[in-house]
Amino acid sequence: MTSSVALKRTPLFPVHTASKAKMVDFGGWEMPVQYSGILDEHHTVRKAVGLFDVSHMGEIEIRGPEALQLVNYISTNDAARLKQGQIQYSGLLYEHGGFVDDILVHKVSDTHFFLCVNASNQEKDFEHIVANNRFDADVKFASGDYVQIAIQGPKALATVQRLTPADLSAIKYYWFADSEVEGVPARIARTGYTGEDGFEIYIEPGKAAWLWDRLLDAGAEFGVKPCGLGARNTLRLEAKMALYGHEITASINPLESDLAWILKWDKGDFIGKAALTKQRDQGLSRHLVGFEMTGRGIARDGYEVLLDGSPAGWVTSGTPAPTLNKNIGMAYLPAGKGAPGETIEILIRNQPASAVVVPTPFYKRAKA
Amino acid sequence: MSYPENYKYTKEHEWVLIEGTTGTVGITDHAQQELGDIVFVDLPKTGVEIAKGKSFGSVESVKAVSDIYSPVSGTITEANQLLSTNPEKLNEDPHGVAWLIKIAISSPDEVNDLMSAADYQKYIGS
Repeated sequence: MTSSVALKRTPLFPVHTASKAKMVDFGGWEMPVQYSGILDEHHTVRKAVGLFDVSHMGEIEIRGPEALQLVNYISTNDAARLKQGQIQYSGLLYEHGGFVDDILVHKVSDTHFFLCVNASNQEKDFEHIVANNRFDADVKFASGDYVQIAIQGPKALATVQRLTPADLSAIKYYWFADSEVEGVPARIARTGYTGEDGFEIYIEPGKAAWLWDRLLDAGAEFGVKPCGLGARNTLRLEAKMALYGHEITASINPLESDLAWILKWDKGDFIGKAALTKQRDQGLSRHLVGFEMTGRGIARDGYEVLLDGSPAGWVTSGTPAPTLNKNIGMAYLPAGKGAPGETIEILIRNQPASAVVVPTPFYKRAKA
Repeated sequence: MSYPENYKYTKEHEWVLIEGTTGTVGITDHAQQELGDIVFVDLPKTGVEIAKGKSFGSVESVKAVSDIYSPVSGTITEANQLLSTNPEKLNEDPHGVAWLIKIAISSPDEVNDLMSAADYQKYIGS
């Protein structure tokens, strides 16, 4: 494959190639799609623990006396509800209500918020925030200050606990601790994109390969494996987590994408609020549903959905679901259509194949 | 995995074994490696006519769909039923039990355009 544009690489690139990972172009980044195989990696995360290089993700830091006001104006969730050390999922929207990006907001202090944003959106996000910064707050593009490694699976806690003095069991889901890993300062967040328990560790870029190796050592007895973006996608889709460019885009808003819970109407003004208020009052034209294939075949991103034989929507993500042993997907359908149990058809290579709308998430881990 | 000397190969990573007027068609070890875990194989029914270079089915990995192109023209006499229940066999034995289809060949001369095992290995850079 040739490309005229040089792909970006994370500090762990040499580790991936030395491990013979299969590399792909992911939104302009040369990333591992798989190591041992997507199915093996997927099952390893569900049953034990897997390691992901997610250093392509971006970081933006917002500091200042009015940092909270800026965060709350540019994002949809209510950062005023966060306590120090707490994290929330949120949306950055355009005035028309469509997504600029979906993000994680970490409250470091009353005057300091740390945002984790999608790799291919990070420059756009930064420009969007700066352009809307009418507050006494400083916005810093900080992606170069961090690498991010995700450790996911039921043995993630036991793996990371070997390397840090922080009491990990005291960090609740969607909270973080600024601690250290064997003496190196690290932000350890109990978050992830797999539907399993786990952590996302932010650390200085020079320590990337070292941390990767330490985590592989620490998790060896649990069977830890490095994982690629292929398994990350099957894991997140089973857990029905949105992927920018698929379930959410610039022309899709949170009401349509089943993310109304990240809209906090009573917190004051935020970008996109006026358009969404209008749509909320007028009603939606389309909505996101989950489905399982009942006929032969695998639905893929972009395939057409038929209702009564006529085009009615499109598949945003589709994949075999290794944990469920089914072929699943997400699709946009007209509002009022696609209640759970309803039969739909997916146009697979010009052949309609049956599917049934199901409740989501497809997979939910048992509570420990 | 070795590439059998008595097979002929295409640039689209299929192989064909010619025995009399019957061709057995599969995908190469290189193809299965590139695809990764194969989870679904879609093959035509017996009796369907296919043309050299035209897609006659697809192989799907977890991540992607790939068309399969016929190395020769003819009529399908058998599709490998093993693959409908055990698609993963394509990862394990692509040059053997996981063949895809058998064809009654209509134009035997077409085989001359295909690559030898040595040429194919050179082509994939192994």
